Amino acid sequence: MVPVVQMKGIVKEFPGVRANDHVDLEVMPGEIHALLGENGAGKSTLMNILYGLYQPDAGQIFVKGEEVKMTDPNVAINKGIGMVHQHFMLIPPFTVAENIVLGTEPRKGLFLDMNQAIKQVEEISERYGLKIDPHAKVEDISVGMQQRVEIIKALFRGADILILDEPTAVLTPHEIEELEKIIRSLVQEGKSVILITHKLKEVMSMSDRVTVIRRGKVVANLETRETSEEELARTMVGRPVLLEVAKKEQEPGEVVLEIKDLHAKDARGLPALKGINLEVRSGEILGLAGVDGNGQTELIETLTGLRQPTQGTILLKGQDITKLSPRKKSLAGIGHIPEDRQKRGLILDFSIAENLVLQSYFRKPFASGVRLKWKEIQAYADRLIQEFDIRTPSQEVLAGHLSGGNQQKVIVAREIDRDPELLIAAQPTRGLDVGAIEFVHNKLVEERDNGKAVLLISLELDEILSLSDRIAVIYEGKIVAVLDAKEATEEKLGLLMSGAAAGEEVEADYA
Amino acid sequence: MRKSWKQLDRLGVALASIVLGLVVGIIFILVAGKSPILGYHALWNASFGSLRGFTELLINTTPLIFTGLSVAFAFRTGLFNIGAEGQYIVGQLGAAWAGYFFTGLPMIIHVPLALGFGILAGALWGALPGYLKAKAGAHEVINTIMMNHIALYATHYLVNGPLKGHAFLPVTKEILDSAKLFRFIPGTRANIGIFIALAAAVFVYWFLWKTTKGYELRAVGFNPLAAEYGGVNVSRNIVYSMMIAGALAGLGGAVQVLSIQYKFYDVTAFIGYGFDGIAVALIGNNHPLGVVLGAFLFGFLARGAMPMQSIAQIPKEVISIVSASIIIFISAEALVRRVIPRFSKKGGVKDANL
Ligand SMILES: Nc1ncnc2c1ncn2[C@@H]1O[C@H](COP(=O)(O)OP(=O)(O)OP(=O)(O)O)[C@@H](O)[C@H]1O
Ligand SMILES: [Mg+2]
Repeated sequence: MVPVVQMKGIVKEFPGVRANDHVDLEVMPGEIHALLGENGAGKSTLMNILYGLYQPDAGQIFVKGEEVKMTDPNVAINKGIGMVHQHFMLIPPFTVAENIVLGTEPRKGLFLDMNQAIKQVEEISERYGLKIDPHAKVEDISVGMQQRVEIIKALFRGADILILDEPTAVLTPHEIEELEKIIRSLVQEGKSVILITHKLKEVMSMSDRVTVIRRGKVVANLETRETSEEELARTMVGRPVLLEVAKKEQEPGEVVLEIKDLHAKDARGLPALKGINLEVRSGEILGLAGVDGNGQTELIETLTGLRQPTQGTILLKGQDITKLSPRKKSLAGIGHIPEDRQKRGLILDFSIAENLVLQSYFRKPFASGVRLKWKEIQAYADRLIQEFDIRTPSQEVLAGHLSGGNQQKVIVAREIDRDPELLIAAQPTRGLDVGAIEFVHNKLVEERDNGKAVLLISLELDEILSLSDRIAVIYEGKIVAVLDAKEATEEKLGLLMSGAAAGEEVEADYA
Repeated sequence: MRKSWKQLDRLGVALASIVLGLVVGIIFILVAGKSPILGYHALWNASFGSLRGFTELLINTTPLIFTGLSVAFAFRTGLFNIGAEGQYIVGQLGAAWAGYFFTGLPMIIHVPLALGFGILAGALWGALPGYLKAKAGAHEVINTIMMNHIALYATHYLVNGPLKGHAFLPVTKEILDSAKLFRFIPGTRANIGIFIALAAAVFVYWFLWKTTKGYELRAVGFNPLAAEYGGVNVSRNIVYSMMIAGALAGLGGAVQVLSIQYKFYDVTAFIGYGFDGIAVALIGNNHPLGVVLGAFLFGFLARGAMPMQSIAQIPKEVISIVSASIIIFISAEALVRRVIPRFSKKGGVKDANL
């Protein structure tokens, strides 16, 4: 059988790094091919080359046996290649249908034939079970839906080879299940899928074959059924990885964060927090579980000063900090790993060094008076790059030029190194490879062991269950239960998260 | 290492655009049936043919440096300052007034005081649209344009009314000698204004890249949400930024009055320094050094327009065509890169920030 895609000897250099070093990749028709590798290994780069966004320095690309020069994405699209990027590329104020047909609009004479467009979109969504409302505005729909729009967009242009770059990183567990179904129906129709993911479970359950890349080179090409999570982790990182978190018993100390009857509104002005009561103690990790959109974002923003509460109080070590500005809260001892790294967490046009002092550029030793002390800032950046294994040729590189996972590491490094009394970690391992996840998990546990309080917000129940000492469940803007992590199971949490209150038992725990 | 390569790359595009612009000029001169050699010789000589020519080049360039810096500064902080024109005008009037109103002061006090009034007037003119943006979300492009018109008509009223300093002409009184900028080459108008402009460029560079405030302003410009997360007060910084941009343009107007005009003349229509400032900032890639070079280029072209007409009989509009094409070529960077394949070789680093 002729491979649908064959890449041979692909080389791509960026200033200071060889992102792809003679990479070979073969994808068969009807195959789900997983691309696995550490953060910065060169996966996105390779796919951007296949999609014609980057030009390789050397190497050849064959599509269905025929050599193709991918000079730009239009060539790739004509050859039937579609790509859904790690960071989406939709136009928020446009409707779903408008986004999908953009660039290939069906016309009636000189005019856009919107009815025809909507009909075609509905056809595709019917055929592959991709339910979507073509009239909805993209800015109003969930991330999972936006991803669906990207997939339909690729199919609309006739893609039969679909590249998905970390599609599951931003999805809820339920959405991931849906996506898996979609991918399966795609290959049933004879399409091929190249899937990038850091979640080994997904590789095992979804893919037929895996290509593993390390530091720009292919190190393995495996049949999925002949391998295991452990083997994959080892091949990818180059050393055995602990997939479990090691954590010793510890008595929690005094209350660090106390939230009393907190109310707040969401961006549209509707009540999002409806009387939150919660305590986080020193020396504990409190996990906050909940289905996305139940007030997590608003809670984090109110705690960090990015949103004003309408009612209630927030105490940090007994001090009322309810109304303080983000700067004052940060100085009072709150650290924050934001859930959306590109929106809040980083300034993509700033260098890594500049980003690493985003919370502390005005303080000693990084400033003296009004002057920034670049030497100190750069030395500090060099230290964190080393310590947190941020893969980059230098601290001068723009954050926007880092790989997705390394962008996340910059934020994690900055917030953990400040050693805050309370660390609010929202999706702290989003987009990280297994080695980096292990590292960040250990760091969070280390903070806890040093008597700091950690509030962990994660959509991944695995992460919550393995790290937390106690677990609080948020549902429709209220904490509906607080459990001891030892008593919590995935089923129990799932039930609570869906709003099935656990009754008296929960009340008792809470007191 | 990476950074300097990027800057060189940018400089290459700018130089290529200038060459292409001059080529376009040649085409038009040929179409008009004149001699490009004669024309460009006249253009060159206007600035570099004599000492007086060169000093006049400096004088032409000085205000462009200020307005260019004003636009570039705002742009680096994420704002479009279309209001340099108005800020420049009120800066002129502020300096002119302080130049004749305060008497009996020694030069060492009077000059800075008069410059200070220009700065203050410009800063106010910039801060107002900044405030409207920060508090009400009103777009600064609209409001700075509006402020230009207010500047035009408000000064028109003042210099025809309360501040009229001449029996029948709409001008203010002449400033006192103690407020005049030092002219350092006898027999020419060369004055220390150009050094004030260069100092302003150094200041902008230092401020944006070496101070904590500059860090904040740039952060707000690139990603206000992340800046807010980093504890930066976004709305207050928008006001600061527009205020400083206005101050730079206002200082430009002040220098012009204290060094060349010596009084405020009624501005019946926009002079265009503010708008040329936008072009200068664009050519200079919003970098202070680039702005200085861009201002020299524009000053040079502007100076040569008349001599080209009188000596080589080339319509002076050709110079406008040349400067317009340079601007177009620089904006269509990708196009220039294609014309000059050498630049397109290294891909990857797409959104260079310097
Ligand atoms: N536009 C760019 N300019 C400079 N360097 C780049 C650019 N894009 C990628 N790189 C570098 O190339 C290397 C590979 O990056 P790539 O994004 O392909 O990694 P990745 O395997 O997708 O990682 P992740 O899992 O973290 O997303 C990294 O070292 C990155 O810093
Ligand atoms: Mg990637």
